[in-house]
Parts: sequence; C-alpha cells; structure tokens
Amino acid sequence: MLKFIGKRFLWMIVTLWVIITVTFILMRFAPGSPLDIDDVGMSDQARENMMAHYNLDQPVILQYLNYLKNAITFDFGPSMVTRSREVSDMLASGFPASLQLGLVTLILAVISGIILGVLAALRHNKLIDYMTMFIAIIGISIPNFIQAMLFIQYISSQFDFFPTAQWGTWRHAILPALALASGPIAIIARMTRSNMLEVLTEDYIKTAKAKGLSNFQIVVKHALRNALLPVITILGVLVASIFTGSFVVERIFAIPGVGQYFVESITNRDYPMIMATTIIYSTIFIIMMFIVDVVYGIVDPRIQLHKKEE
Amino acid sequence: MEDRSPKKSASNVPDEWFVPLPKEEQQETIHHKGDSYWKDVMGRLFANKLAVTGLILIILLTIMAIIGPFLTEHTYRSQSILNSNTAPNSTYWFGSDELGRDVFTRVWYGARVSLFIGLAAALIEFVIGVTYGGVSGYRGGKVDNVMMRIVDVLYGLPYLLVVVLLMVVMGPGLFTIIIALSITGWIGMARLVRGQVLQLKNAEYVLASRVLGGSNNRIIRKHLLPNTSGPIIVSMTLTIPTAIFAEAFLSFLGLGVQAPVASWGTMANDALGVIQTGYWWRLFFPAFFISLTMFAFNVFGDGLRDALDPKMRK
Repeated sequence: MLKFIGKRFLWMIVTLWVIITVTFILMRFAPGSPLDIDDVGMSDQARENMMAHYNLDQPVILQYLNYLKNAITFDFGPSMVTRSREVSDMLASGFPASLQLGLVTLILAVISGIILGVLAALRHNKLIDYMTMFIAIIGISIPNFIQAMLFIQYISSQFDFFPTAQWGTWRHAILPALALASGPIAIIARMTRSNMLEVLTEDYIKTAKAKGLSNFQIVVKHALRNALLPVITILGVLVASIFTGSFVVERIFAIPGVGQYFVESITNRDYPMIMATTIIYSTIFIIMMFIVDVVYGIVDPRIQLHKKEE
Repeated sequence: MEDRSPKKSASNVPDEWFVPLPKEEQQETIHHKGDSYWKDVMGRLFANKLAVTGLILIILLTIMAIIGPFLTEHTYRSQSILNSNTAPNSTYWFGSDELGRDVFTRVWYGARVSLFIGLAAALIEFVIGVTYGGVSGYRGGKVDNVMMRIVDVLYGLPYLLVVVLLMVVMGPGLFTIIIALSITGWIGMARLVRGQVLQLKNAEYVLASRVLGGSNNRIIRKHLLPNTSGPIIVSMTLTIPTAIFAEAFLSFLGLGVQAPVASWGTMANDALGVIQTGYWWRLFFPAFFISLTMFAFNVFGDGLRDALDPKMRK
C-alpha cells in the first residue's frame, strides 16, 4: 500500500513539473505581452525598467529557475495589468468565493446524484426511474453556462428570492451551484443507477434478503457500498469539470472569485496571472486525482490484486 | 403423438401439455443464417427509441446546417442597424441581434461550426488514439511502459486549461480549437484501444493466425481492429458532444471563433449583455440548438454503447 501511494505521489510531482514547465514555455512563446501595448508612449528606459521589474531581462534559463522557485512558494510577483497588486493577493481575495461555490456544488452533486441514482435503481422502470434518467439527460445535454444564463433569464428575473448576481448570502449560491452541479449530478446518478442495478442481482443480496434483513439495511449496507466504489473514481474528473465550469458561471453571475480573474487575465494577456491560476488549478486537480486514487486503493482491496496480475 | 404422451388417468391436466413442442425438433436444423455481429447490433440499436430519435435529430440538424443558411435572404454577417433586436417575425424567423443580423441564419451557421468541430475531433481522436494505443498494446513491454507513462502525465492535465493556454499562445480561431482538442482528446481512446489490444492479442485465434504465419500487419488489420471497433465507435460518438461543448465554452469566453463568424458559444455570449432586457430570442435559439445537438449525440452514443455491450447480449 505504501509503495503504491509513494509511486502515485512521485507521478503527481512529475505531472506537476510538466505542467509548470509547459506553462512556462507556452507563455514565453506567446506572441505579444502587455508591455508591448504602448499607449502611454513608454521610453526605452522605462521599458527596460519594466522588463527588469518582471525579470524579463534575464537569460531564459534563469527566468525558468526563478519561476520554478516562485511556483513552489506560490509567489508569482506583481500582476502585469493591475500593476500595483501582487498576483497572489488578488487570487487570495477571490479564493473564498470560489472555494465556497465549489464545495457547495460538489456536495450538492454527490448527495443528490447518489440519492437519485439509488431511487431510480430501486424503482427500476417505474416513474421515478424515468424521471431520474430524464433529469440526467437534461443535465448532460444543456451546457452549464447555458443553464446559468437560462436561470437568470427565467428564474431570478421573475423571483426576487434568487439574486441575479454577486455573492454573499446562501441565496446567492443556489442558482450558480445548481447550474454547475447538474452535469455532475447526471453523471453520478447514471453511474449509481447502473451499478446498483448490477449489484442488486448479486447472490449476496439474495443471501441478505434470505437472512431477513430489512430493505433499508440491504440497500445501504450491502448494495450501496459496492455500487458507490466506481463513483469514487470519477470524482477527480468531476471536480475538474466543476472548476473549469466555475470560470464561466462566476462570470455570468458576477461572482468575485478566482475564475473571474482567470478569464480576465486571458483576454488581457496578464502572463503572471495566467500562470498562477493555471498552476493553482492544476495542483488542486492533480491532488484530487491523487486522493481519489489512494482512497480507492484503501476502500477496495481488490484493486491491488488487479495491479499484480498485470 | 398419442403414444408419447403419458397417461395420467386421475388428473385434469390436458394431454396436449405433454406433446413436445414442434420447435424442439426443428432446433437441430439451421433454418436461418446466423446474423452477423453488425446486423445484430443494428437490430438492437433500432429497437431503442431514444437512440433512433437521436439519430433522426442528428440527420435533421446536419441537413439544416447545410441548407439552413441559404433559406433566408440574409447572410450570417449582413447587418441592418434599423432592424436591430427585432422579435421573431416573417423576415427574421428567429429574430435579429443588436447589429440586425438574422439569428436564424446565424444559428445554422453556428451548427456548421459545431458539427465540423465535433467531426474533426472524433476523426483526430480516432487516428491518433487508435495508432498510439494500438502500438502501445501490441508492442507491450518497455515500449508500452514508456508510452503509458506519457499518457499518465497527459491525463493528469486539466483538459480545458491546456486548451485555454494554447488559445492564448496561438490566438483564437477554429484551427486553434482543433489543434487544442487534438492534443488532449486522444488520450481516452489510446487507453481504451491499448486495453482491448492487450486483452485480444493473447486470444487463441490470434495465436492461431500467428502459427499459420500471419504477419503483424495482418493480425492487426484482420483480428485486432475489427474486434475493437465497437468501443472505438462509441467513444468517437461520445467525443462529438464533448468537442461541441468545448467549442461553445471557448467561444463563450471569447477564445473560440472570432466575429463575424457565428458560433452557438459566441451567440450566447452576445446574449449575456441583453439577458434581462426581454430579447429572449437572443439566448433561447442558440441555447436550444446546442442543447438539442448535445442531447442527440449523447442519446445516440448511449444507445450505440448499449447495443454493442456484450453484457446486454442474451
């Protein structure tokens, strides 16, 4: 087990290094920089000073090493566009809102996805099953940013209860979280449903029934535990999709989060900001994948056996 | 007949119940040629109403993407400031935007962009993924190990972030979207094909072919690829909605196709500014058609998967 975790950890570090390096290379080759936009008539001296300010006058290797060091300490220097502010400060100011939205979405997606999936499986081919599958297909078909906009146009403009924008109270979180969660809900519900249907035909369920266990005990203790195993594996991917989705949903609902900065930094070509957000998001994503792998290895001892067979 | 049925005097069971069914006698003879694998699959696919609905929608959407922009006298970029933001009427069937451009024409122009991106992504996934996964699985050993480690690292990259970074470097546009999609899109396919090939290459019929002197090329073409084709096709079908979503997402962020080219993503982005003004058609039509397209490809892909899934076969 420890060897497995160690190996995964090593790959996590390698992946992170690749991401950081690739980001660096891409940003160096990117055409144009905010310093090229010469709308104030910058003198040569001023330009040189600016280059020195952003360490752009050093040899590329030095820039790279310096950048690696900064990436490890999460210190990305000043933003190129909002020149008076440090990138890490700006990100720190947006982080709470993004984190809250992300967590609410994740919890909503996991809980309602599992409940819907279980109900659909228990009432297979009944009304609730069809309804769940209908919701799932809708959730997959309508892109999250479209849902967010439809929510504003048809729900929050009609009901004052749901604010159309900004962040603050729990009411602000409902619609954005719903828009972000519906895709993951659909995926989790479908997966839980098909796994449950498969597990419910297993012999040990019949044994449990024969022993006279209550339905609740059979479903929760015997069926659900086995049905949920594969769901764990996709959590990493779902978290990533919630992240990227939050870029647009934060923009649509004008939520002051990290996603806002990311979108702005792309259009402004604010390289330190782009690199910082990319690295932070990738780090969270990769750590999530790592945790998922480890948890899966712990919860399902069979996974180790498969590894040995290969 | 009579003598074969047991006599049970004290019973009200009718004698016919003990007459063997005629079917049993015929079972020995082959009365119809066995269905080929694909005929079987198609039969199951067409029995699935949702999948057929998806297929019909895909065909209709494709036809409209081709002829739609020609049905009106407007082009996707012709402006008419006097007619800005008109509600749907007899000249502007789906209304017009703030520059007086016809939403109907633009929606179908956007359909062209989306379908093109979807097809291109599926094709690229097919070419790179099948080659990479096939080589990795067939060669095995060290080659496989190195190739799969590379895939592991790539798999760890958050897909949309890579796409966004590339957009920044190469500049937005249709071509960049396709390049970006092809960098990460093939990974799932490569893993799938590798797994299948690993499993199949030790199958006895492959061994038989090798014993009979079949070349690697022949084994791959005649045995491995046809037996992997089911999952490959399903994966390609389900790639299309993912790619369509990615394009709309990027265009919505302003990183996709650039004005004046219409895409469902850019149209939705344009509508964001007027979201609370009552110009509902600006958002509704692009939103409806992108959702319909995603729906069609998703249910068709699901149906195809169910039709091909050996677990469902009885």
